[in-house]
Amino acid sequence: MNKFIHILQISGLTWFVPLVRLVSGEDPKTQAKELWMVMGIPIIAFVVFLGLWGQLSSKVVTSLGTIPGPTQVYEQAKGLWADHQFQREKEAKFYQRQELRNEKLEAAGKPEKVKWRTYTGAPTYIDQIWTSIQTVFMGFLIATLVAVPLGIFSGLSSTFNAAMNPIIQLFKPVSPLAWLPIVTMIVSATYVTSDNSWFSKSFLNSAITVTLCSLWPTLINTALGVSSIDRDLMNVGKVLQLGWFTKITKLVLPSSLPLIFTGLRLSLGVGWMVLIAAEMLAQNPGLGKFVWDEFQNGSSNSLGRIMVAVLTIGIIGFLLDRIMFTLQNLFTYSEKR
Amino acid sequence: MNDTITQLHFWARSTVAAISLSALTVLSPNLYAEELELEKDELTFGFIKLTDMAPLAVAYEQGFFEDEGLFVTLEAQANWKVLLDGVIDGALDGAHMLAGQPLGATIGYGTKAHIVTAFSMDLNGNGITVSNDIWKQMKPNIPLKDGKPVHPISASALKPVVDKYRSEGKPFNMGMVFPVSTHNYELRYWLAAGGIDPGYYGPGASGTVGQISADTLLSVTPPPQMPATLEAGTIYGYCVGEPWNQQAVFKGIGVPVITDYEIWKNNPEKVFGVSNSWSQKYPNTHIAVVKALIRAAQWLDENDNVNREEAVKILSQPNYVGADPDVIANSMTGTFEYEKGDVREVPDFNVFYRYYATYPFYSDAIWYLSQMRRWGQIGEDKPDSWYHDMAKKVYKPDIYMQAAQLLIAEKKVKKEDFPFGSDGYKPPQKEFIDNITFNGKKPNDYLAQFPIGLKAGETVTPSGITKK
Repeated sequence: MNKFIHILQISGLTWFVPLVRLVSGEDPKTQAKELWMVMGIPIIAFVVFLGLWGQLSSKVVTSLGTIPGPTQVYEQAKGLWADHQFQREKEAKFYQRQELRNEKLEAAGKPEKVKWRTYTGAPTYIDQIWTSIQTVFMGFLIATLVAVPLGIFSGLSSTFNAAMNPIIQLFKPVSPLAWLPIVTMIVSATYVTSDNSWFSKSFLNSAITVTLCSLWPTLINTALGVSSIDRDLMNVGKVLQLGWFTKITKLVLPSSLPLIFTGLRLSLGVGWMVLIAAEMLAQNPGLGKFVWDEFQNGSSNSLGRIMVAVLTIGIIGFLLDRIMFTLQNLFTYSEKR
Repeated sequence: MNDTITQLHFWARSTVAAISLSALTVLSPNLYAEELELEKDELTFGFIKLTDMAPLAVAYEQGFFEDEGLFVTLEAQANWKVLLDGVIDGALDGAHMLAGQPLGATIGYGTKAHIVTAFSMDLNGNGITVSNDIWKQMKPNIPLKDGKPVHPISASALKPVVDKYRSEGKPFNMGMVFPVSTHNYELRYWLAAGGIDPGYYGPGASGTVGQISADTLLSVTPPPQMPATLEAGTIYGYCVGEPWNQQAVFKGIGVPVITDYEIWKNNPEKVFGVSNSWSQKYPNTHIAVVKALIRAAQWLDENDNVNREEAVKILSQPNYVGADPDVIANSMTGTFEYEKGDVREVPDFNVFYRYYATYPFYSDAIWYLSQMRRWGQIGEDKPDSWYHDMAKKVYKPDIYMQAAQLLIAEKKVKKEDFPFGSDGYKPPQKEFIDNITFNGKKPNDYLAQFPIGLKAGETVTPSGITKK
């Protein structure tokens, strides 16, 4: 049972800890109090929020009707799901037609003409979510690969740090909307797509914009983590005449990991926020495009659908943070363990 | 079989008149047009959220593209500039375009690129809307019949309002969708016909906005954003395609005063544009695309618009136009709602097939070029021959006719639906709001008739019009 609690703690799902303790027969009174704090109050607060939302939203009248309340938003979410399934049916039919077509070609003695193509229909809401998640991870991965080594160098060498500092200060506050045109121009000029390219241009544009905006927290935190390593530890390294690589992997990385992870968590959060803006502006596939399309459609369902997207973005952002938190707990030796 | 393929291949590349049709009828019609040896069969087309993109959506949803062996992805674009850039840099194989775009790009206004069109997408379909407040000020100047304003409404009813704004030193802002858009020229045409000078394009940075010596300041707003911009008060009126005029009525924020049908009856509107290099690289694919689009257009107008309700359902899908079905249906099914409750029959509001709507007439191209010259986008005088050459460089009726011939042979369309024997010029047209006759063969004579607009020998400088 303790092991289970341990897992819950590592993954940050601490709300369930009292519940598990209660089941395992620990003092019900303390656990109930704990449960009230971690679950009861948040749930009540959320219900109050929904109530206020439902009440107030009907009072704001826009040219597209009133602001949708929780029930309308739920209806729209169901609608989007139904649309997803409808598209999947269409996709199945598309493949059926394709199969028929190819059979006909075979029969007509033209096997060289048989081709298998992917479905050409519009991406559904679920597809857009998936695209966004892939993009943010791609951008985040590049950011990590760039920021962690740079951060380590900055932390180890005060000269390098001094050199990096003005660049970091200058570019950190730049908005994704300013990066995007530059990234788009450069990617279009340097990246040539063909039919079997790994990435489409729009995907790279979004991902690189995410990288440019999200690498700073990791860079700064890594530098801070590395530069604040215990001097004694470094001196021991010198005495033992550790090689450069061993020094990094055995001394520097382990002791700066907590801060690196803090940086990564911040980076991923920033990246997710930036991505939606980038997708909206550049019409790159993903949740941002979905929001923009709905805004342009101006149908009576649009506001509700945009709210579904807002909630989805929030939930996914939250889940991403939990994932990083879990990784941090798994890889670092914090005082918790 | 291979012999017939090469034969057909050869046929498709050669001119229509040269080859007899009899060879075609021998071919088995059931194996789709893949006999057309497609050079490329996976295509991406761009469009803007407007009802006149319908032929693309219909060709996809009704399977006309697939019948031709084409696998098409349709992608909504953010605005006309992004769409044009997509076609130029190859991200898009082709797109739903403003008729002025291929012409503007080819003569090098804005972006320079050789774009061609072999398919005209529709006739009419636009309207001019003003905000409720402006409408209130215009209304006293409009004669009434049975309590309803008499249509068409001339811009002379707007002139006192504009004059009032100007005398108070306030700019009179209006929106259109792109510098070389039909909407820009229609709005300017209507304003000028009512005695309001919409301003000129000229050299230098200030000239590119087209507001030199203007009474009204026209600026670019992407179509779907028009109602929101009007609502925000940034512009007092706009010219845009459907459903964005009807959307203003539904939202209760504006009143459409005139449709483009009343400015110029059955005017050409959008075209399907591809880059010239694309067309040359994929000639058979181009023909196949045009075939599918002709069938889509026919479907849209079939039996007095019997399929329009279904078209409305397709267009209201969020991945196409996405507005509410009843908003789209208003204009697509042959009616138009002016002031709220004032619904009138406009059976030809959107024409996709009848009146040879899909044929790319040279004279249509020349009208657009004439307006580019009229408003200074073409800075210098050009001889009539230049207009004809440019029209022929951009409009490709031969490709269109090859597609039509194939469809006739497949018995999918009727021969009389196509203007066989046409030299590409419509007879002189006189159904304009200002009663000025347009003869596509004589663009310079046409230009000389306008009271407002550049005349022979005139050029625009940042300070105004100068005569050489």
